[in-house]
Amino acid sequence: MRGRMDKHITTPITAQVTRDLKAGDYVYITGTVYVARDAAHKRMIEALGRQEELPIDIKDAAIYYMGPSPAREGRPIGSAGPTTASRMDKYAPVLLDLGEKAMIGKGKRTREVIDAIIRNQAVYFAAVGGAGALLSKCITKSEIVCYEDLGAEAIRKIEVENFPVIVVIDSEGNNLYETAVREFAVTETVGEVR
Amino acid sequence: MYHGYTPKKPRRNEENMIRTVETDLIIKNIKEMCIEANYYLSPDMDRAMKQAADTEKSELGKKILSQLQENLKIADEETIPICQDTGMAVVFLEVGQDVHFEGMSVGDAVNEGVRQGYEEGYLRKSVVGDPLIRENTKDNTPAVIHYSIVPGDKVKITVAPKGFGSENMSRVFMLKPADGADGVRDAVLTAVRDAGPNACPPMVVGVGVGGTFEKCALLAKRALIRPVGEHSDIPYIEEMETELLRKINGLGIGPGGLGGSTTALAVNINTYATHIAGLPVAVNICCHVNRHVTREL
Repeated sequence: MRGRMDKHITTPITAQVTRDLKAGDYVYITGTVYVARDAAHKRMIEALGRQEELPIDIKDAAIYYMGPSPAREGRPIGSAGPTTASRMDKYAPVLLDLGEKAMIGKGKRTREVIDAIIRNQAVYFAAVGGAGALLSKCITKSEIVCYEDLGAEAIRKIEVENFPVIVVIDSEGNNLYETAVREFAVTETVGEVR
Repeated sequence: MYHGYTPKKPRRNEENMIRTVETDLIIKNIKEMCIEANYYLSPDMDRAMKQAADTEKSELGKKILSQLQENLKIADEETIPICQDTGMAVVFLEVGQDVHFEGMSVGDAVNEGVRQGYEEGYLRKSVVGDPLIRENTKDNTPAVIHYSIVPGDKVKITVAPKGFGSENMSRVFMLKPADGADGVRDAVLTAVRDAGPNACPPMVVGVGVGGTFEKCALLAKRALIRPVGEHSDIPYIEEMETELLRKINGLGIGPGGLGGSTTALAVNINTYATHIAGLPVAVNICCHVNRHVTREL
């Protein structure tokens, strides 16, 4: 495995961009990112089921799995860290097949999502969980695009500047969560508990 | 009908040492505590996080821990919640048996405090009123309240807003007595290994051993509010806490789950008597914020 690198990228995130990103790279994103979590994903998939258009332009889009805390006066957003991505696993392959290129969240993904990442030359980034105050400083604008009734779960369009993430699953399916943990594991195998 | 005993009328006068507590005081304190817990790390967690930043072996792990330090600084200086998941409010009320409450019902007072705290504190409303219909209650109520009656005339309140990234990775194992201490160790390691990056490591691991199905879960939840760095006063449990912390940190999960030597900051184990046929074990996992604030009225 080659050494980890620091990279700066701008949206939209095309296959040309993802091709150069490798698991373990530290990446700063600048540009437009959509924000959606559980309830918004469910609605988007239901809309597709009714043959309706998606409320966002999904081609080469990055979706940040996040539900912010309320913004104080004069600020674009409140605390804004990633939520657990596995809850979106049920919906992600469909969106990836429609052109979504990057997901930002935290935590493990299923085999189905990893396969969809490889199939579509996409990428899964992790932002640091529990760093919502720090990450909010990289968000310069935020507007609700749709599903406003969902409150913190509404779909937003945000502008980010040098938003820090780490490539966890790259377009070839390399998974940092697996390789990095092996590197530091010293505890013998855990007994099976049922 | 049984006639052998006539209960005395409730004693209510001051000579009998009953202390009156206004429920308005509960509202005010719960409100403040919800806000405090979400903006400022408790001193025990702060110490543990600083220490972790010094001892972490992975370069990326060190970088993440230093980001988390910076995050805490920004949260404090710019009044932004440490994490956007400002939690479901878990409230422990230890009520002295010589306390008499005046005002609204205690449960209503707790919920009113949560409502005011989450609104005034710009905290995220993360509670749905029904687990399947899933409509947001828009004020983060109801809280989860655990009452206990204790000797004395004080009211001890602990507010521990719980985020669900880590809550979702928690487990209950109904082990067999024959599984013994090794079974408990494997249960804890299994839960932590499976939680991995999802639970926002470095985590705090609360463990309940014994009791019944629900009792062990509550023991684990209470273990999370024990200050990090304090150990069980049962010598062999203290040893198990130390050993499990070492083994968990040897799993390699690391800060953010991106590899490293700091996977947990503490393992706190609480035990209770149990049935001859059982060995319940609950593992309640919390993230590196592990919010908890305690006050005594």
